[in-house]
Amino acid sequence: MTPTFKPQSVPELADYVALGGRLEVVGSGTKRGLGRPLQPETAIDMSVFTGISLYEPEELVLEAGAGTPLSEIEKALAKNHQQLAFEPPDYSKLLGGKHKGTLGGLMACGLSGPRRIKAGAARDHILGIAGVSGRGEIFKAGGRVVKNVTGFDVAKLMVGSYGTLAALTSITVKVLPAAATQETLVFSGLSDAKAIQAMSLAMQSACEVSGAAHLPGTPSQTLFRLEGISPSVAYRRQKLASHLKIFGASDHLEQKDSLAEWKAIRDVERLSADDARFVWKLSLTPSKAAETVARISKQLDIQYFYDWAGGLVWLGVPRSNQAYAYIIRNCVEDGHATLFRAEDDVRERIEVFQPQLPALSGLTKRVKASFDPSGVFNHGRMYKDI
Amino acid sequence: MLKMPEADPQTVKKRASIATALRRIVPGEGVIETRTEMSVYESDGLTAYRQMPLVVVLPKTTAEVAKVLRYAFENKIKVVPRGAGTSLSGGALPLADGIVLGLSKFNQILEIDYDNRCARVQPGVTNLAITQAVQHKGFYYAPDPSSQIACTIGGNVAENSGGVHCLKYGLTANNILGLEMVLISGEIIRLGGKHLDSDGLDLLGVLTGSEGLLGVITEVTVRLLQKPETARVILVGFPSSEDAGNCVADIISAGIIPGGMEMMDRPAIHAVEEFVHADYPLDVEALLIIELDGPAIEVDHLIEEVSAIARKNKCSTSRTSTSEAERLLFWAGRKAAFPAVGRISPDYLCMDGTIPRKRLSEVLTGMAELSKKHGLRVANVFHAGDGNLHPLILYDANVGDELARAEEFGADILRLCVKVGGVLTGEHGVGIEKRDLMPVMFTEADLAQQQRLKCAFDDRGLLNPGKVFPTLHACAELGRMHVKAGKLPFPEIPRF
Repeated sequence: MTPTFKPQSVPELADYVALGGRLEVVGSGTKRGLGRPLQPETAIDMSVFTGISLYEPEELVLEAGAGTPLSEIEKALAKNHQQLAFEPPDYSKLLGGKHKGTLGGLMACGLSGPRRIKAGAARDHILGIAGVSGRGEIFKAGGRVVKNVTGFDVAKLMVGSYGTLAALTSITVKVLPAAATQETLVFSGLSDAKAIQAMSLAMQSACEVSGAAHLPGTPSQTLFRLEGISPSVAYRRQKLASHLKIFGASDHLEQKDSLAEWKAIRDVERLSADDARFVWKLSLTPSKAAETVARISKQLDIQYFYDWAGGLVWLGVPRSNQAYAYIIRNCVEDGHATLFRAEDDVRERIEVFQPQLPALSGLTKRVKASFDPSGVFNHGRMYKDI
Repeated sequence: MLKMPEADPQTVKKRASIATALRRIVPGEGVIETRTEMSVYESDGLTAYRQMPLVVVLPKTTAEVAKVLRYAFENKIKVVPRGAGTSLSGGALPLADGIVLGLSKFNQILEIDYDNRCARVQPGVTNLAITQAVQHKGFYYAPDPSSQIACTIGGNVAENSGGVHCLKYGLTANNILGLEMVLISGEIIRLGGKHLDSDGLDLLGVLTGSEGLLGVITEVTVRLLQKPETARVILVGFPSSEDAGNCVADIISAGIIPGGMEMMDRPAIHAVEEFVHADYPLDVEALLIIELDGPAIEVDHLIEEVSAIARKNKCSTSRTSTSEAERLLFWAGRKAAFPAVGRISPDYLCMDGTIPRKRLSEVLTGMAELSKKHGLRVANVFHAGDGNLHPLILYDANVGDELARAEEFGADILRLCVKVGGVLTGEHGVGIEKRDLMPVMFTEADLAQQQRLKCAFDDRGLLNPGKVFPTLHACAELGRMHVKAGKLPFPEIPRF
């Protein structure tokens, strides 16, 4: 059992970090299964940095402690009909956790849901951060306003850095109005290749699709979410149905079913149930997604579905010593593959994140060192020495 | 006037041999060394500052850029990257002992990929040229800085440029998918691609807005968006800027994110009206230009909602565009604001702070007081939706100390922005203009961290030195330094 240190204040955290060692930064621990496994000397419990310190709905800004539960933030936003537009997923079923985790964990892992195709990713919604670097220095970056180019965008760099650069204590995000209604247009029975074409056409239309997913099955379903005020949603649904009529007749889901369906897609529920499988997350050039999956399925028994109009493929593969990393990465040409769910020993053995070319890898190492020269934080979480 | 780092006399002395070496990499007219020809490169959009470069090089390929940078790296020569030179903050101001690396020959659109809603372009392609290349298919590139006719996409990435539509559609950072860049060491790195999430650390995010301090961008993959079906503008006048500010807050509280939401104050309205005759009301203190876009049925609904909110906030005039021509006319005024102000004053300084919107009337009042204090006039245009202010300080460089006073006035405005919770620059960049104000917003520890990040890309400090950071530290020194409680152990380091 790793001992835990629970700082009571930011200066206390800074003092402790300055002592060095190998530390794991922990919010509520729901995403410990992501990235490479760690062997820390001490886990730092960040739960003291909690609570919403500033929320101004009319300014579209919220600042909260990094350890604030996401549920608390989403509740506060919902009261004002607002949301984190990038649709933070809840991987508790997929990864085995009790809840959705914290704001810090979400940002550290840079996770975004289906609306990413329209509203952008987690990184597009961060405005500012404060925290402690691996040198034990307290620093901040960014601000609380949407438009800010003062200095390097260090806040963005924190998103998806898996806690390898700094221990964030406070995070400021941009929030947006939640849509009044939503509906989902459904096409049945399309092949993967046809579905990719349909999703591409839909995204090329002015229908403002805010979710485009394809779920293989008998029959397969290709889903398009439309959000907004109801007359606009109804109009765009009809328009999209007619725009895509070469793909056959369509049906639609009303608000309640639409919400449930997109939550299931967001949370990767299809692959959550079968925990005998390892899960890969593929980020792909959308138009090439079907051929990529076809190449993989020739060699492996896979379960999968497409989100982000093909730009994201969730892939379940049988358990194996190497999680078939070689086959999968060989098939992914324009994009990258992340091993998202597998036991520690597998994630220890293979590269969880796409291996980088030497120049980029060298730069990544130097960037890590610029924040954390002696590798205090989450050492080895992303890449072997990073 | 801001000081630049002292030029190294040894490098200046070697000018001829440096030009010869560069000619070996970029043959023919790609190297410019006569004073007459180099004068074009003497300054950027911040015209109060001028400096003749050591030599100018205009490579054509990524391989040439890599060789030029490698040469500079090995010989410890500074490099200032440059796009179209439209920076308003002096980001492309040359150095007497530095090579200007211009990317004007990288002017090709390499690929347009509608299936994946993106285009691969070279950095010297202008912002507007991208939209022009795709608009026949109903697409456009969203960020639209007012210099979009001239400014290049490479420069947009370097500055993280915005525009009037970024409240709804985001800044450059939110609209690019991939980059190719060359480090000062000559290493070529590709980040992202046509997929949505790039892998590893978000270096794409860091490069965007890095003002030429981290790498030279040689290719950009931009997102293309489908144009909204309809767009209409509502023009609303208010008896006070406070009412206009409240109207903006109420619109957003109602869950409406307009495609654009601009504000102008009385002096700006009058200057513009005289210049373009956009039929703006002249008897108001503040004017809002609100664009709503989407399907017609949605736009009609929103126009009504916004009109009602404006009435509730005591607007004195309100007009809605009924044709595309009228919509463009309403915008023409706003888009011509800078040149219009240029007509009523020999010179002006364009500031660029961002504030939390609700502090607007306080900031405007403060600005009026500062205007009296410094004895200079100011006109305000304002990206009201996102709180980005552009006070235009009017001065005459030929009159006594007016430039110095204008600069002091500007600095005071930016201090005020930071004081109310805002930032020094919303979209123009720090460059040299706001460099010495960085400590108003950041502690020594904040700045040291950013400079260490710079060292990860350029440990010899050769790329665009003298910009962004008020103090030059050697990377080795930054490595040893420990900033305790935000303070350096030796706070009295000379600033240049």
